Amino acid sequence: MRNHRATQLVFELSRPGRRGVRWPECDVPREEPQRLVPQRHLASAPPPLPELTEPDVVRHYVNLSTQNMSVDTHTYPLGSCTMKYNPKRNDAWASLPGFAQVHPYQPEPSIQGLLQLLYELQEYLAEIGGLDAVSLQPAAGAQGELTALLMAAAWFRDRQKELGPRTKVLIPDSAHGTNPASAAMAGFQAVTVRSNARGLVDLEDLQAKLDDQVAVFMITNPNTLGLFEPQIKQIADLVHQRGGLLYLDGANMNAILGITRPGDFGADMMHFNPHKTFSGPHGAGGPGAGPIAVRRELAPYLPVPVVVRDAEGRYRLDYDRPQSIGQVRSFFGNVGVLIRAYAYIRTHGPEGLRRVSEDAVLNANYLLALVKHFLPVPFGDRCMHEFVATAQKLRQERGISAMDLAKRLLDFGFHAPTVYFPITVRESMMIEPTETESKESLDALAQVLFRITEEAPELLHEAPHSTWISRPDEVRAARNPVLKWTPQENG
Amino acid sequence: MTYQQNTPEDRQAMLQTIGAASIEELFAQVPAPLRLNRPLNLPEPQGEMELAAHMAQLAGRNQAMDRWVCFLGAGSYDHFVPAVVDYIAGRGEFYTSYTPYQPEVSQGNLQTFFEYQTMITQLTGMDVSNASLYDGGSAAAEAVLMSFTATGRSHRVVVSRGVHPEYRRILHTYLENLETEVVELACPDGTTDPEEAAQALREPSACLLVQQPNFFGSLEEMEQLAQVAHEHGSLLVVVVDPISLGLLKRPGQYGADIVVAEGQSLGSPMSFGGPYLGVMACREEFLRRLPGRIAGQTVDRRGRRCWVLTLQTREQHIRREKATSNICTNQGLLAIRAAVYLSLLGPQGLWEQAELCLQKAHYAARRITEHDRFRVRFDRPFFKEFVVQDRQGRVAQVLDYAWQQGIAAGVPLGRWFPELEDCFLVAVTEKRTREQIDRLAQVLHQAP
Repeated sequence: MRNHRATQLVFELSRPGRRGVRWPECDVPREEPQRLVPQRHLASAPPPLPELTEPDVVRHYVNLSTQNMSVDTHTYPLGSCTMKYNPKRNDAWASLPGFAQVHPYQPEPSIQGLLQLLYELQEYLAEIGGLDAVSLQPAAGAQGELTALLMAAAWFRDRQKELGPRTKVLIPDSAHGTNPASAAMAGFQAVTVRSNARGLVDLEDLQAKLDDQVAVFMITNPNTLGLFEPQIKQIADLVHQRGGLLYLDGANMNAILGITRPGDFGADMMHFNPHKTFSGPHGAGGPGAGPIAVRRELAPYLPVPVVVRDAEGRYRLDYDRPQSIGQVRSFFGNVGVLIRAYAYIRTHGPEGLRRVSEDAVLNANYLLALVKHFLPVPFGDRCMHEFVATAQKLRQERGISAMDLAKRLLDFGFHAPTVYFPITVRESMMIEPTETESKESLDALAQVLFRITEEAPELLHEAPHSTWISRPDEVRAARNPVLKWTPQENG
Repeated sequence: MTYQQNTPEDRQAMLQTIGAASIEELFAQVPAPLRLNRPLNLPEPQGEMELAAHMAQLAGRNQAMDRWVCFLGAGSYDHFVPAVVDYIAGRGEFYTSYTPYQPEVSQGNLQTFFEYQTMITQLTGMDVSNASLYDGGSAAAEAVLMSFTATGRSHRVVVSRGVHPEYRRILHTYLENLETEVVELACPDGTTDPEEAAQALREPSACLLVQQPNFFGSLEEMEQLAQVAHEHGSLLVVVVDPISLGLLKRPGQYGADIVVAEGQSLGSPMSFGGPYLGVMACREEFLRRLPGRIAGQTVDRRGRRCWVLTLQTREQHIRREKATSNICTNQGLLAIRAAVYLSLLGPQGLWEQAELCLQKAHYAARRITEHDRFRVRFDRPFFKEFVVQDRQGRVAQVLDYAWQQGIAAGVPLGRWFPELEDCFLVAVTEKRTREQIDRLAQVLHQAP
């Protein structure tokens, strides 16, 4: 059944003289290009792109698409990524010409419908986060982190007299790698705070590291182990007492919609991941979006523009914000993703969003209950929207690694969980089923996982067996990087 | 309920297996005082049919470029997108997958990224490309950060004012908390003066950042700028328009070190500014400083050719605070769109498209300036975009008048360049017909 030509590269399918687009004849009086632009600016030949017809291109990329697992086709319990169902209606609405065919520099009166939507989304996110003001500009969660940290830096610069220089950002060891990377990009020193034996922030270590140079403590709550920090309020108080700000990495908001709000548990700033929480979709690795919400005192520092509504009910883009940090991305932001988030929130309403989190947490706890007997979950019997199991015992006793289990799952038609993250757990498998999986699919996943743990180690080391390729040599890829097709290397 | 599957019976059975009396009990970790004791203050839910009407109503209140004739550009362009691009990018197997952490079940994405990277190097003439960044503006900032580590000079950069004003603002924002001086070069005649650049580069600087064609649409003297940058040990970082590379010299030919671009032109709609595609390519020697995902070729255990994410030791999930960037989620789907778009166009298609833009833009400039009131502000060669000066200085009225006639005639420049208060920027893509251009000229000539 498989079309093996699909593994050929588009360049290998290319034949001189073929083409997939035919432009109309030039309908204006034509001049020789050299008369319009001096020869020194002109290339002697067009770029050596591949040459294909439209049917070639369609067959090639459709065949390639079938080599992916996706949410539309498979259960995808990739922890921390919230791979939930992506509603098709949201895609249809984001593609309406009234949204998709809008230029970023159109006059404001001509885009009142879009500005209303974005304004309302700002309000919704502020309400869901329990915070006061929102910027929709950041293009992804990591850029949201950077934006908020740059705002914190500006905030402290304006308060240097009272608060002194603030050069450090504290980050738990279980945090996403983006947190320390964002801190470094924003010009801060990243300092790691240890987790305790229960997988939570070690308060003693936090207190020891919380000095007068700390600008921000970045926390993920629920954390990457799928645990809610029960001492979050005390943590926030400690940070605030030393004049610092608390940042919430909102990657795990899917667990707490309408249950508790970051602003209510002490966060001063946060980002959302609409491609996760509000059903993106994830698009082969993006686009995402990374809107941020902040407390009132920080609002003047938000990037520009912000959508505002005047007394007459007209919407406009406010650029006149003298304390703003500026801009982190060109134009307004990932609007297509934001439209989908808006539609998702409007589809669910207040009760519906709460039910999303309830079912996400129920599904995760159910799966945890099914697997913990054969795959230990080091941090307890209960979790929020995801949990982290460990294959450490299997590894010691039978030489089976988390990677082996992950690869073998693929043979049974399940995407693998996130493996080897968080780094605080050995042989970790981070499993997030999401609320859109059924009990039957969770039962099936647990059964398959159990069956795999009983299989012969040799079988697992070579898994997957059913895919076209298996266990690519990643060391070779990194040692001798081949990052583009060239006739010599590939022909 | 919406998209969840659990029935009340399922929930009961699942709770029993868990050993919990209620769903509420599962949230026991969340201390009671932190709970929200009221429903979120959000609109009540709407089913698909009702919400469809609401969304259509919101969309209908926008005067979009499907009905207005678009001469707006300035970094976002109304180029033609073949139906195949939407069809392929709309495949759920691409659309609802994620970062290819498991290469065995992500070869579709990985091979497409590898093809995308190859096409970007073909387009730019550079050695290597990553698999995408967010957009042209943040890509330019990332390129400047890259030049810091590549040269060891993080205290100073030189930037032409011919670079998109929003890109420059992003750069200032990114650098605000680092101790970097940003020196800007004026473009009084519509291009960067290589002499002035040389002057500014005398003090050691990480890079010279320029745009080709620049924000005003004018063509910079890239060979000279490359020469002065390199003479002073600085990198040349260039922002390019991908469509222009059908016709114009490729950055690799004039010695660029890092190239970035806004990839929206390559098959994505304008969508009020996003999602867009940050293109980034560089010379081989800077490979290990490149931010973002990179797909690389290798073989599997049976010796079959395949692709993986590679050089991940540059990235945040491995290196944390020592990573080349914090980027994680990127713009994969937009890179797929660009790969499909470029495969459809091929060399001949891109060449012809670029020439159509060139011819039509010059025709538009001739027609608009037939009236004494208007002139092309800069006497410099241009590609598809040019600055028009209204000698009567009534840009807002002119553009508003044209808008009422169904024509989005241009982007006013006073907002970023007070000295160009009487000017607007006109972009002409292959989509504009002679009739539309004639009508643009006619409407401008009639404007009050």
